[in-house]
Amino acid sequence: MSQADENQTRRDLLFYAAGGTAAVAAGTMVVAPAVSQMSASADIRALSKIQVDIGFIPEGGQIVVEWQLKPVFIRHRTADEIAAAREDDAIISEMRDPTSENANKPEADAADVNRAIDEAGKYVVAIALCTHLGCVPTVNAGEFEGWFCPCHGSHYDTAGRIRKGPAPRNLEIPPVKMVSDTVIEIGV
Amino acid sequence: MSGIPHDHYEPTSAVGKWFHKRLPIVSLAYGTLMIPTPKNLNWWWIWGIVLTFCLVLMIVTGIVLAMHYNVGDGFESVEHIMRDVNGGWAWRYVHMNGASLFFIAVYIHIFRGLYYGSYKAPREITWVVGVIIFLLMMATAFMGYTLPQGQMSLHGTSVITGLFGTIPWVGEDIKLWLLGGPAVSGASYNRFFALHFLLPFVIAAMVAVHIWAFHTTGNNNPAGVDVRIKTKEVAEKDTLPFWPYFVIKDLVGLCFVLTAFAAIVWMMPNYLGHPDNYIVGNPFVTPEHIVPEWYFLPFYAMLRAIDFDIIFIPAAFAGFAVMMGSVLILAIAPWTDTSEVRSGRYRPMLKWFFWLLVADFIFLMWAGSQSTDMTILSISVTRLALLGAIYWFAYFLIVLPLLGIIEKTHTVPDTIEGDFNATHGAE
Amino acid sequence: MKKLLISTIASLALATGAMAAGGGDVHIEDHDWSFEGPFGSYDTLQLQRGLQVFTEVCSACHGVKFVGFYALDDEGGPALPEAQVREYAKGFEVWNEKTKEYQTAQYSDHFPENAGVGAPDLSLMAKARAGFHGPYGLGINQVVKGMGGPEYIYSLLTGYTGHETEDGLHENTAYPSGALSMAPPLEDGIVTYADGSPETLKQYSEDVTAFLMWTAEPKLNQRKRGGMIAVLMLGFLSVLLFLANKALWYPVKHPRKED
Repeated sequence: MSQADENQTRRDLLFYAAGGTAAVAAGTMVVAPAVSQMSASADIRALSKIQVDIGFIPEGGQIVVEWQLKPVFIRHRTADEIAAAREDDAIISEMRDPTSENANKPEADAADVNRAIDEAGKYVVAIALCTHLGCVPTVNAGEFEGWFCPCHGSHYDTAGRIRKGPAPRNLEIPPVKMVSDTVIEIGV
Repeated sequence: MSGIPHDHYEPTSAVGKWFHKRLPIVSLAYGTLMIPTPKNLNWWWIWGIVLTFCLVLMIVTGIVLAMHYNVGDGFESVEHIMRDVNGGWAWRYVHMNGASLFFIAVYIHIFRGLYYGSYKAPREITWVVGVIIFLLMMATAFMGYTLPQGQMSLHGTSVITGLFGTIPWVGEDIKLWLLGGPAVSGASYNRFFALHFLLPFVIAAMVAVHIWAFHTTGNNNPAGVDVRIKTKEVAEKDTLPFWPYFVIKDLVGLCFVLTAFAAIVWMMPNYLGHPDNYIVGNPFVTPEHIVPEWYFLPFYAMLRAIDFDIIFIPAAFAGFAVMMGSVLILAIAPWTDTSEVRSGRYRPMLKWFFWLLVADFIFLMWAGSQSTDMTILSISVTRLALLGAIYWFAYFLIVLPLLGIIEKTHTVPDTIEGDFNATHGAE
Repeated sequence: MKKLLISTIASLALATGAMAAGGGDVHIEDHDWSFEGPFGSYDTLQLQRGLQVFTEVCSACHGVKFVGFYALDDEGGPALPEAQVREYAKGFEVWNEKTKEYQTAQYSDHFPENAGVGAPDLSLMAKARAGFHGPYGLGINQVVKGMGGPEYIYSLLTGYTGHETEDGLHENTAYPSGALSMAPPLEDGIVTYADGSPETLKQYSEDVTAFLMWTAEPKLNQRKRGGMIAVLMLGFLSVLLFLANKALWYPVKHPRKED
């Protein structure tokens, strides 16, 4: 139509284009970086996977390592402990948590072989946080000689299965694999 | 807000009326955004928006950095930000160079005010509040510079707090109080961090006062003549609403400035900094070449220029007083300028003295960066800086009062409309 | 109190004076780096060679304590395979603050601090030195050639004259005071490269300098790319806003005559 209207249309078009570009610029240069800066930083992400030498843990001994800022138990069980734990496999169905809680065997039941990381059952690796409220349990304590959580009296057996007390689930087993006979890798 | 007659917000809906009776915030926003603005404003008027943007930029990037910074381990946590935090390097470089952008903008803004007589009646309060903001900015920038806890941070802090130590009788006590100990320590860094976090919000409040003040008097403008306020119709011949005319115009300026700023961060983010600040602060070794950040250099040069006792005042304290005075003297300009004419555009003599002042400022900036044994034509740089300092003070104390009496000014346009049309050739 | 400031200023004067005096004969050569300029980026293979030189030579005395092993597999860095980095980390011992003992370094650890013989940490050395100054204190050289940190390191490594001073210092044309306690660390053939690059002092120096630039500025590649995008985006927005502003003001500046 008239020149004034034409000018008006052109102006609106430029306004929308500028507004759109400004929105894209603000989104990519301000909003996205502002969100991502709060996420885990590179040093934290580097903790996602650790390798641990377990060859030096004596039979009946345990070490605690840090993985993803959380303590992790690595326990070298004695033959007696293994035998006792396997005997209890018969009463899995009566346990509070009959599932493996093992990131490596998500569908399996809580049989001892599904809780240990090797076939022989020598090593048990578990996140050292009571599934009740996150306290760190004490080793070789409680009625089942596994772990005992002093906060509210949860008893775990040597396979880390909850046997008595308020905790709802077995001790959680992180993703673990054997790298060699004496080295394991925790995390993916 | 302003004395210029203009439309006010009138709520039309029932909800709008209900709300307006209880909290007239929409009205306030409307009044602020639609304020009648002299339509002859030129590009030198964009720096207010650039400065407002800088303040927001520094607060936002600063809060992000504060989420990752650890004052107990300042140097390492800065490196943690630069290396580990997602995009942390960008936040830090923008914050670091943002300080420089802030000061470039404030210096242009101040000199614009000096040239166009923006400090003159009735805008004295706007001006004085501006000087206070400038002082707060300097304090904030200084405390921020201490936080990376590098060599320059540490020794810069020693020197600056040492300046307070020169105050007669109470100086040593003040210095002890400022640092929380006989030398820079964790206690000092901790308080500087707390204050560095706090002061920007004080600045933001002062900026609101600054804006409130000039919205009350109306903007100055390049012609320096007042908006006619007899009726709304007449006022509209001199003004246009801030939105959209000046918002868009200011955004154009801001965006060009930001493009240049982004180019600095892209290509040479460390150019304006000091390499020594990438060395962990060590109280037993002073960097070989210690100078303040570039934006303090003119004032630092004036400090260094006083290397002699003035009568009974020891040189050190005299230098400190001169440095503080060189900033504070800005505040008296509204009262020492005796000219009837506001804008430097119609003041042929002021123009010369003004541009000499700008040159003086730039010279002092250079002089402050040089070592004291530097000479030009075998005259020591500190002696030349002394001349520079004398002129700086003389501009406010002698030139401004004197020009009002001896200067023959040019004819000032009658109206803003007239000035605008003369520039744009409309009838 | 008067004394304090005077001594402060005096020390400034002395320090700057010393700088000027020492700086007279210093020879810093400008050098072309792959990471220079607006579009520069690190040469991955060069960083890997530099890491090798650092590991086999420099790390005997110097640390790079701000660098995490986990950064060695970063793209824009040496970009080694993660498994190789995990293996590499085992070659170092680091202090564990929790157990209060030294232990084999893990992927998630930083390079150890190495202050045994008083050698400075090299993490930030390439940014903590400026090879270029002036002219006349204007800093234009730094705009044109860059800050000169890498050039300083390169010139130092290649700047040994082979002479020793009476105090047992080693003469060097790049070192501010003319001689330093570090013996020439590199010589032809001292490191064996797998990729067939020349095994010369110059090549070693260049590679390890590039590596040290990376340790100082690990996000340089991201900065060069992100900065360019930001400038393009803002430049485009500037133009759009400029045109919008022009269109907005057009009717004000060109009022139509009353019919």
